[in-house]
Amino acid sequence: MRQFDRLRLEGVGRRFGAADALIGLDLSIERGEFIALLGPSGCGKSTALNCLAGLLPLTAGAIWQDDRRIDTLPPERRGFGMVFQNYALFPHLTVRDNIAFGLRMRRLPKDEVRRRTAAAIEMVRLDEHASKLPGQLSGGQQQRVAIARATVLEPSLVLMDEPLSNLDAKLRLEMRTEIRRLHQSLGLTTVYVTHDQEEALSMADRLVVMRAGRVQQIGTPEEVHTKPSTWHVADFMGYRNLLTLKADSVTGSQVTVPLAGTTLTGTAQGVVAAGDEVVAAVRPEDLKLGGEGLKGLVEVVEYQGREHAVEVVLDDGTRVHVRTEQRVDPGAQVALGVSPGRLLVYPS
Amino acid sequence: MSNRSIRATPTAWFIWAAVVFFFVNLAGVVGSVLVSSFGQKWFDTWVPSGFTTQWYGDAWREFGLLQVISVTLLASGLVVALSVLVGAPAAYVLARQNFPGKRLVYLTFLLPILMPPITYGIPLATVLYKFGFAGHLSGVVLANLVPSVPFVILTMTPFIEQVDPRIESAARMLGANTRAVFLKILAPLLVPGLLASAILVLVRTVGMFELTFLTAGPDSQTLVVALYYSMSAAGIRAQQSVDAMAVMYTAMMLVLLVVALRFVNPTQLVARVKEEPPE
Amino acid sequence: MTATASWHHRLAERGVDRRLWLLLPATIFVLLLFVYPFLYGLSLSFQPLNGGGLLANYEKFFGDAYQRDTIVTTLKIALPAALLNVLAAVPIAFRMRGRFRGKRLLTTLLVVPITLGTVLTAQGLLNYLGPTGWFNRVLLSLHLIEDPVRLTNNYWGVFFSLVITGFPFAFLLVLSYLSGIDPTLERAAATLGASRAQRFRRITLPLLAPGLATTFLLTFVLAFSVFPSAVLVGNPAGSTRVISLAAYQAAYEQYDYAYASAIAMIMGAVELVVVVIVLLWRSRLYTGSTGGKG
Repeated sequence: MRQFDRLRLEGVGRRFGAADALIGLDLSIERGEFIALLGPSGCGKSTALNCLAGLLPLTAGAIWQDDRRIDTLPPERRGFGMVFQNYALFPHLTVRDNIAFGLRMRRLPKDEVRRRTAAAIEMVRLDEHASKLPGQLSGGQQQRVAIARATVLEPSLVLMDEPLSNLDAKLRLEMRTEIRRLHQSLGLTTVYVTHDQEEALSMADRLVVMRAGRVQQIGTPEEVHTKPSTWHVADFMGYRNLLTLKADSVTGSQVTVPLAGTTLTGTAQGVVAAGDEVVAAVRPEDLKLGGEGLKGLVEVVEYQGREHAVEVVLDDGTRVHVRTEQRVDPGAQVALGVSPGRLLVYPS
Repeated sequence: MSNRSIRATPTAWFIWAAVVFFFVNLAGVVGSVLVSSFGQKWFDTWVPSGFTTQWYGDAWREFGLLQVISVTLLASGLVVALSVLVGAPAAYVLARQNFPGKRLVYLTFLLPILMPPITYGIPLATVLYKFGFAGHLSGVVLANLVPSVPFVILTMTPFIEQVDPRIESAARMLGANTRAVFLKILAPLLVPGLLASAILVLVRTVGMFELTFLTAGPDSQTLVVALYYSMSAAGIRAQQSVDAMAVMYTAMMLVLLVVALRFVNPTQLVARVKEEPPE
Repeated sequence: MTATASWHHRLAERGVDRRLWLLLPATIFVLLLFVYPFLYGLSLSFQPLNGGGLLANYEKFFGDAYQRDTIVTTLKIALPAALLNVLAAVPIAFRMRGRFRGKRLLTTLLVVPITLGTVLTAQGLLNYLGPTGWFNRVLLSLHLIEDPVRLTNNYWGVFFSLVITGFPFAFLLVLSYLSGIDPTLERAAATLGASRAQRFRRITLPLLAPGLATTFLLTFVLAFSVFPSAVLVGNPAGSTRVISLAAYQAAYEQYDYAYASAIAMIMGAVELVVVVIVLLWRSRLYTGSTGGKG
């Protein structure tokens, strides 16, 4: 399959009637990268994937594969592989015929089809099931057929549309590792759509976080995790405490905000001036019990294995979420502190 | 649930009695034709005075039934083949895609089913005569296509909607062009739908009276039209040989029906609505 | 390049792509064999064979009581028959939803008269309901009547033929609409204290009503185009001289295609009036999901 060095999306957009599903997506994908498109449902990530695949014609922008414009090509001539959310296996074909389908479409010699199909079946460890129909397989096995079917063609780009969302929790963890292993061992370039931030963080080289059809942030998992570019991204990346406050004073990137009778110092993310309304974001695990500053009453405690998720009502009535290994009881008075540098202040 | 529905309340008895009454009369209607066709003389008695099979031979010769039946089968076969060829691709687009003017297109396809056949049958026959199609087989086939193509579209649409569009997308991503998607993926998955609509069109065409009646010539009558002519010319032929012909028509319809019901649900014969699968 | 691309973009936005070509054969077909003949018939109806103004054919029809009355005759047969078929189907279908032994057999038996069609039914009715037929014999021997009841070659013959073919049709449709209504809705109403009658009136009937309207329409269309049975078991010169018969006679007995087309157009218009009235009524009903899995 024809490989590329770089795939560029320039201002890619898609409208459905009066509704914009995707607006001005600019993204450049390097060969060998694992990119995750991440966002809540309806954010445009699947639209972006389908546009890239050619299954959905663009209504704006262009896609370039090195110097060749490909957004006007039909999907079957782009040479990309795709794994679908519900696997989309051909129900009337056996596992072997499903995997061989793409090779046959390319009219490869019979011997080569047989050899490559057998190798792909072995790679995903489905030898015993090769003659079964998809309906006779478990979810995890169907998933592996779908991956083998997409990768047996050695496509220049593999697109995955929430491939793990139909699996149970344990299988999902296993398949994560499996997909990442295949990506590395086959030297694939992968674009992976998911709404699960943990999945995206653990698998991808780069994340593209989307919201309401627009890109919010592109960065490495670490960048997106520790420095979300907007409070929307922060919300999506697990910053459960989002407090709308008024900035007291600003010095450099340090912002102080008043909360429940005390002041907290956070790092400005974007342009913030004194007196502005801001959104202060902090993760539950970055609020420490027994610190100093905030005081409140424990209302709800959920046991979550090693940790407890605690909901605390501060003196001014604000509710905050705290994760702690410490045991506390509902009704207890507690003091809270913020880990240094972990309070992010966004313009609202 | 099922116990409750059959519980013997007075209303239940009344309803079952109504159903039984309907079926008794239905059996009487069909049975009297059947008995008469085997009867020798039947005046003012419960059953004929004797039984014979001679009327079948008479009917076969007098009405030229061999020719009539072969015309019926040929015309119906052509109508089935053409309406599936024309209707199935249209059903595919209407099931899968939204485009400007879709509602108008859909309505135009539905109208031939909603209009009484005589309404469009008379102008259609006039046009077919003008262009020299009417009076022989081609006119019969063309006229019968008018309600059949919409019927194929209506029957096929739910079957197509059941095929996940992502399966087609998957085939495309694997390099299949439109032709290959149709031949290798859709056709095998739609076999039940194709069979169902073909059988239903066959049953309807064999039974279609008005359109065939308006466009057929002496050599292109189907069985139901021949039956009508022999009935309205009553008195010329023995009543019993008309009955024998009616029985042959019934037998042909019943054979088709038995075949049809192997592939479709009774409800589908009248509507596109499919009955629920067992829970 | 840019021009082509933006053209692509605009078409894509409207959902227009190459797959639409698949509609072409069916569209050509419907234009040539349905729309064109219809328009041809319409224009023909304004070109009277024997001269006269544009509307001469229509004036002729409405000016002649013998012709004009066919509209009333047709409606007098079709409306009660369609109404009876739908109304009788509701309680029976209501009883028979859900699964029970022999349901498949019952529905199969009901399909028989639909497939037989009106011609065979007419032949059977002539034998069965005739003066010496089994029906009259049973009544006579039970001493319910003194003389044979006349049930053929008049209004009732046509009416029964429409019930025999129309009722199973209506029943199967109503049954499929009924099984599309989620039974848990009724159970929920029961837990809220609704009696059986209240559940039917407040829950099932409103959800079923649009389906009943559709069923009525389809049954009415069948009954309205009654032709063979009106000739064979009816009294085609008098009480069952329906409008389709008038159109047929104009075309094939008087060879006046223009007049026949005019009658066909009037027939279509009368039918559409009924259809539109029912559809208007239907559009005022709730027509969303009925909670079933269909």
